[in-house]
Amino acid sequence: MRSPLSPEMATQEVPLNETLAHLKTESETLKLKLEEERAKLHDVELHQVAEKVEGLGQFVMKTRRTLKGHGNKVLCMDWCKDKRRIVSSSQDGKVIVWDAFTTNKEHAVTMPCTWVMACAYAPSGCAVACGGLDNKCSVYPLSLDKNENLAAKKKSVAMHTNYLSACSFTNSDMQILTSSGDGTCALWDVESGQLLQSFHGHAADVLCLDLAPSETGNTFVSGGCDKKANVWDMRSGQCIQSFETHESDINSVRYYPSGDAFASGSDDATCRLYDLRADREVAIYSKESIIFGVSSVDFSLSGRLLFGGYNDYTINVWDVLKGTRVSILFGHENRVSTLRVSPDGTAFCTGSWDHTLRIWA
Amino acid sequence: MEKMIVAMQDPDMGMKLRNQRLLITVIPHAMTGHDIIIWLIHKYSVCEEEALHLGGMLVKYGYIYPLKEPRSLVLQPDESPYRFQTPYFWTSTRWPASELDYAIYLAKKNIRKQGELMEYEKERYSLLHKKINHTWDFVVMQAREQLRASKQRRKADRIVLECQEQAYWLINRPPGGPNSLQRGPGLVRGKLAINCCDLPSFLKYSEQYQNHDPIMQGCLPSNPWISDDTAHWTMNTEMVPVPTRLRVERWSFSFMELLNDAMGRQEFMLYLEKEFSAENLYFWQACEEIRHGESSKIVEKVEEVYKNFLAPGAARWVNIDSKTMDKTLEGIKQPHRFVLDDAQMHIYFLMKKDSYPRYLKSDLYKNMLAKAIVPQETKKSVFPFMRRQRHSSPSPAQAVAQATEEEGRHKGAG
Repeated sequence: MRSPLSPEMATQEVPLNETLAHLKTESETLKLKLEEERAKLHDVELHQVAEKVEGLGQFVMKTRRTLKGHGNKVLCMDWCKDKRRIVSSSQDGKVIVWDAFTTNKEHAVTMPCTWVMACAYAPSGCAVACGGLDNKCSVYPLSLDKNENLAAKKKSVAMHTNYLSACSFTNSDMQILTSSGDGTCALWDVESGQLLQSFHGHAADVLCLDLAPSETGNTFVSGGCDKKANVWDMRSGQCIQSFETHESDINSVRYYPSGDAFASGSDDATCRLYDLRADREVAIYSKESIIFGVSSVDFSLSGRLLFGGYNDYTINVWDVLKGTRVSILFGHENRVSTLRVSPDGTAFCTGSWDHTLRIWA
Repeated sequence: MEKMIVAMQDPDMGMKLRNQRLLITVIPHAMTGHDIIIWLIHKYSVCEEEALHLGGMLVKYGYIYPLKEPRSLVLQPDESPYRFQTPYFWTSTRWPASELDYAIYLAKKNIRKQGELMEYEKERYSLLHKKINHTWDFVVMQAREQLRASKQRRKADRIVLECQEQAYWLINRPPGGPNSLQRGPGLVRGKLAINCCDLPSFLKYSEQYQNHDPIMQGCLPSNPWISDDTAHWTMNTEMVPVPTRLRVERWSFSFMELLNDAMGRQEFMLYLEKEFSAENLYFWQACEEIRHGESSKIVEKVEEVYKNFLAPGAARWVNIDSKTMDKTLEGIKQPHRFVLDDAQMHIYFLMKKDSYPRYLKSDLYKNMLAKAIVPQETKKSVFPFMRRQRHSSPSPAQAVAQATEEEGRHKGAG
């Protein structure tokens, strides 16, 4: 970020830049030292520990439903707790609520902006949140009155200074966690729109987030264009852990079901698993034949499988423990932009730039 | 190994347990090393050497623990007393022993008797202290509280519980380094590090949940997305008259699983009412509502909590240690979203360590498990072109709208 320099500052510019450069090299050396120390403590990888685990057989997963109705690229989706409804958002500004089981559309909202990059279903099933290029996150209560315009009851909750990249309700309908292109994440009170906590630490756009399923329920992880995945304490706003092993933007982060680890998917065409207790990466999911970025990842219920949606239109299914690819699924006719496993693990849903959503089981 | 242990504890054909003397205290339900060997020889028709080896394995993996010299995990074929480890602490059921739990255990030992910690334990204690420093107050408080609760037990019970816990930690945090119960020679043993890379925990977790993962193992009676039959969902709705077996089994995986399931929570509440400690769960629920509720209602909710749970003579007074209570009472003068966090965590861990394991051993839980249903698998239809009609379901939004409508009507009438 460049700030305009006044003529007086011009004379001071040289020593300032030198200090900056010096600090930069110092920080790089420290980073290397940190990695070395981490490596010394333990260099076992997950697949080594899982050598004796039985391999997985052939996986037959097919598209069981195709949801057509969006007029442009599908960018995001989320499941309802009832295990069959979903909400999806697209580039044309439309947000649709579907009963994926019957493929019926139940609600539709047209947002005042295009590129609705984030959407989330409220835990109660009575509202959805969405946002994108409008830099906001808005909550729409779902009305069953067919004549009622959902947009009329819209509630503006979050306000960022750049696009909204992801949003998620916490344990209730009353709080929303957001991440933004402005490099921050924030926690909001839905009722009042008040900012409860903000999280600073990413050096570039934050692209994704996920809440931890832990007993104490106070942390979440975020991934950004600075190649970092940060773990945050929701109470204090502090970054408590940071991981930087990806070689490009991190597009998606998802916790392992036990909460002891999380997976990430990146433009560097790999998915990685980070163990929070060991404070390091413990697995990489990659193949020479996979050269396109990962847009979205999620675990199966037991955490044994990791599903990744890729920019080459495919879905790769990974054996989390052994690090091998179990299956590759074809079907979409353009990038897979979003992927979520259903709440009871019976299926997963993908959204794509080909305007459709698919349910796989 | 577990089948063997269960056979050993069979009331008719199993081992004869009697009260053993340990110094001056009598320990119930113990057996001698000699008895174990004899039983194994008879039951499995093996020679003494093999029985000794087999018994040794049972001790090494923590299913049986010695009462006299707890650190020496070997089977002595003499009059030394042994006991069966409670299933709660079996290595197969208790996955990831967390850092927090271990810290609390070490803190307890340290408080109980200064200097009782072994060298390697002292090292780990100070490393943990550095690592989870931000929750150290909580660790010490929990340790003190658990010690206080155990003092109220009979001495024999107390010794038994201490031995069980010690045996558990000797297995899970052995002196030599990370879990030395590894299978396979290919494992690289790292240096002793408190950043204990508990990678085997991933294997255990996936294994434990494998049968519950519909994509891996299928689901009964069938996967609705494949068969178009929603029976699986109907059988697993939030409140059913009879839950499925898998669901009830899952409650035993962790305390969180029990609480996250509405039915599980309800059952646990019933159990707590019988034990006259239901106020703990009510308190925890009230705290959750504050943590995740509207900002505007925090002040009034905290007031309610104070009236019902914290005030002297409150109807549902919760038993928190005095330090936490003082801190909390001070904090609620300026109520905020997280003001009850310490108290809530305290009660949560109390339930987790005390009431939860006892619930799993109770008749209430065992009966629920026994009468739980295992649905029949429906085979795929013979005529693949006949597709079932896919029925719609009521939207969650509708359910709430109806409820509020009814509420409104009542209010109007009253």
